Amino acid sequence: MADSPPPTGSVLTVPPEFQYGSIFRQGEAAITGMWLFLAQECLFFGGLFLSWIYCRYWNIAGFDAGSADAQVWIGSINTGILVTSSFVYAMALACIQGGRVRFMTILLGVVAALGIAFLCLKGYEWHLDFADHTWVLDPDFKVKGALEGGAKLFWSFYWISTVLHAAHMTVGIGLVAYVIMCARQGRFSATYHTPVEVVGIYWSFVDVVWLILWPLIYLIGRAS
Amino acid sequence: MSTTASSTASSTAIERRQISSSYLGEDFRLLSWLTTTDHKRIAVLYLVSITLFFFVGGTAAAFMRWNLISPDGMLRSDETYNRLFTMHGVIMVWFFLVPSIPVTLGNFCIPLMIGARDLAFPRINLLSWYLFVTAGMVVLYALFVGGVDVGWTFYPPLSTNYSNGYVLLAAIAIFVAGFSSIATGLNFIVTIHTLRAPGMTWTRLPVFVWSHYATSLLYVLATPVLAMTMVLLFFERLFRTGVFDARNGGDLLLFQHMFWFYSHPAVYIMILPGMGVVSEIIPCFSHKKLFGYDFVVWCSMAIAVIAFFVWGHHMFVSGQSLYASVVFSLMSYAVAVPSAIKVFNWIGTMHKGFIRFDAPMLYAIGFIGLFTSGGLTGLWLACLAADVHLSQTYFVVAHFHYVMVGGMVSAFFGGLHFWWPKITGRLYPEMWGRAAALIIFIGFNMTFAPQYILGYTGMPRRYASYPPQYQVLNVMSSAGASVLALGYLLPLFYLPWSLFRGPRSVANPWDATGLEWQTSSPPPTVNFYATPIVTWDPYDYKEPERQEQLDYHG
Repeated sequence: MADSPPPTGSVLTVPPEFQYGSIFRQGEAAITGMWLFLAQECLFFGGLFLSWIYCRYWNIAGFDAGSADAQVWIGSINTGILVTSSFVYAMALACIQGGRVRFMTILLGVVAALGIAFLCLKGYEWHLDFADHTWVLDPDFKVKGALEGGAKLFWSFYWISTVLHAAHMTVGIGLVAYVIMCARQGRFSATYHTPVEVVGIYWSFVDVVWLILWPLIYLIGRAS
Repeated sequence: MSTTASSTASSTAIERRQISSSYLGEDFRLLSWLTTTDHKRIAVLYLVSITLFFFVGGTAAAFMRWNLISPDGMLRSDETYNRLFTMHGVIMVWFFLVPSIPVTLGNFCIPLMIGARDLAFPRINLLSWYLFVTAGMVVLYALFVGGVDVGWTFYPPLSTNYSNGYVLLAAIAIFVAGFSSIATGLNFIVTIHTLRAPGMTWTRLPVFVWSHYATSLLYVLATPVLAMTMVLLFFERLFRTGVFDARNGGDLLLFQHMFWFYSHPAVYIMILPGMGVVSEIIPCFSHKKLFGYDFVVWCSMAIAVIAFFVWGHHMFVSGQSLYASVVFSLMSYAVAVPSAIKVFNWIGTMHKGFIRFDAPMLYAIGFIGLFTSGGLTGLWLACLAADVHLSQTYFVVAHFHYVMVGGMVSAFFGGLHFWWPKITGRLYPEMWGRAAALIIFIGFNMTFAPQYILGYTGMPRRYASYPPQYQVLNVMSSAGASVLALGYLLPLFYLPWSLFRGPRSVANPWDATGLEWQTSSPPPTVNFYATPIVTWDPYDYKEPERQEQLDYHG
C-alpha cells in the first residue's frame, strides 16, 4: 500500500461535529440514526411482504406455478454469498475494534467483492428469466390458462422485490467502498470507527431482507 | 407588549449588534442559503416553500367553492372540478399539512428548546428540503401540465386503469416527499435523544418537543408503508401487474388498507404538532404552569401509538369484515380519550390564569374550539351505523377540515406569530395579527359549519353539481370561504412588512420560560454561546400578577 496506515492500536483524536459535545455522543447519534432508518426500511419492505403473502393466500396454485420457473440454484448460491459477506463484515468490525486497520480493509474488500458477485449472479438470473418468458408484459408469458393471473402476480412481486433489493445492495457496496477509502486515509482506529459499524448494520439488514425473499421466491412454491 | 416598549436606546443598540451577528445577518448571498446546514435557515427555506404550496392549494379550493355557488356548477367541465379537488387535496396534505409545523417551527425551535446547537444530522436536514422541493416541482408539473383527477386518495381502479392524468408522476412526487418527511422525523428523534443540554431531562422537555417526538415516530414508521403503496401503484399502472386488480387475483381493498395504514397516522402527523404549539402558547399567555404536564405528554405518546390501529374506520362501507370494523370503531373511540384529556388540560391551564389576548393566544383559543368540534364529530364517524349515513358526504369534509384547518392551520399561524420575533428579530403589528386571527376564526366557521348540515342532509362530496335544495347552504359556505381567504391573505402582507418596518424585538418579548427565549432574537448561528444548564421545570411561570390582580379586585 502506498499510503501508510497509522500504527495499529493508536488513539486518534477525531474532533466531533460542532453540535456534539464528544465524538462518542456523535457515534451514538449515528448508530441510533441507522437503526431508525432500518425501522423505516422494515415498514417499507413489510408492506411488500404483506401484499405478497396476502396475494399468495388467494392464488396459491398460480404462485406455485410461477415459482417453479425461478432459478433456485442461483438464488441459493446468492443466499450463501450474502450470509458469508455479513460474516466477513463482522470479522472486519472485530479487526478494527482490535485496531487492525489494514486487515479490516482487506476484509471489507472481500465484502464488496461478494456483493458484486451477488449482483452479477442476479443480473445473469434476470437474463435467464427474460429468456424464459417470465417478464409480466411478455406477450408469450410462460404460464397460460387458469393459473396465468397468479403466476403473473408472482413474477410482478419477483421483479419489484429483486430490483429494490439490488438497489439496496448497490448502495451498500458504495458505502463499503467509502468506508475502505476512509480507512486507507487513516481515519479509523480502535477508539473511533463509527462509520464501519453503521455501514455494517445496514449491510446485515440488506442481507436479512434477502433471507426473507429467498423462501418467498424459491422455496415456498417448491415445498407446497 | 409593555416589555418591548420599555426597551431603551442602549438596549436597541445591543439588539442591532446581535442581529448583525445572528444567523440571518451572517451571509446574504443566495448560494449561502441554498447550501446552508443551519436548522434555522432551513426552517426559513421551508417556510417560504410551504407558504407557496398553501396558497396554490388554497387557490384550488377557492375555485371549487366558486364552482359550487350554482347547482349546475360554474366551471366549464366536471373534469376540471375533479382536477381541482385532487390538486387541493394532494398539495394541502403532502406539501403543506404533513410538513407544516415540524419542518418550520419544529426545525427552528427544537434545537433551541433543548439547548442544542443544531439538529443531529444537519446535512440530512438540508437533503430533506431538497427532496421536498424536488417532489414539489414534480407534483406541480403533474397537476398543472398533465392534470390528475383521482382525488388525494388515489383509489384503484380509477387511478390504475381508468384515469388519463399524470398519476405516475404524482405517485413519484408523493414517494419522494415521503422520504423528505422520514429524514426530518429521523433527525428529530435522534436529536431529542442525543443533544439535550445538561439538566434537560425528559420530564423537563417542553410539550412542543414531546409532540414532535410523537410526530416523528409516525413519520418514520408510517410513511414507508405509503412509499411501498406508491411503488405498487406505480407498477400496477405502468405494467398492469394486478396486485390491486381482482381480475388478476389481486385485491382492491389491499390498496385501501395499505393507504390508510399510512394516511390515518398521517392525520395525527397533521394535528400533534399543532397540539404542541398550543401547549406552549396557552401557558405563556395565561402566565401559568401547564396543567397536568405528565398527562399532556403521555397523551401525545398514546395518540401516536393508537394512531396505528384505527385505519379501518375509513373503510366501514368498503365491504371489509364486520368484526374488523367493530374493533376499528372501538379503537377510534379510544383515540379520542387522550385528545380530549389534552383539551381539558389546556382549559385547566387557562382557568384562573392571567390571560392576555395577543394574536397567538387568539389562534390557540380558536384551535381549542375548532379542534373540539372536529374531534367530537369524528366520534359520529367512528360509530358504525352513523358512518353508513355520513360516509362520503360533506359531513366528513367539514369534520376533517375542522381538525386540519381549524386545528392545525390555526396552530401553525398561532405558532408563527408566537415565534416570529424569535425567527426574524422583529415584532409583527399586533392589531393586524389579532384582526387576522378573528377573521380566520369567523370565516372558517362560516365556510365549514354549513357543510356539516349539507353532509348530514345527504350532499355527497366530490361532485361538481348538486340538487337545488342544497344551494343556500353552499352559497353560505362559499361566502364564508371568501372571508377565510381574506384572513389568510392578511399575514402575507403584514408579516413581510414587519421584516423591514416592525419594531425590533427583545430576546423574550412574551415573558416566556422556554429555553429558546433565553438566546437573542434572532439567535446567533450557534444558538447559544455557552451551553445552557437547565435547573428548572418547564412552564415555570411565577405568578406575581396574580396577587396584584386579587388585590385590585379586592
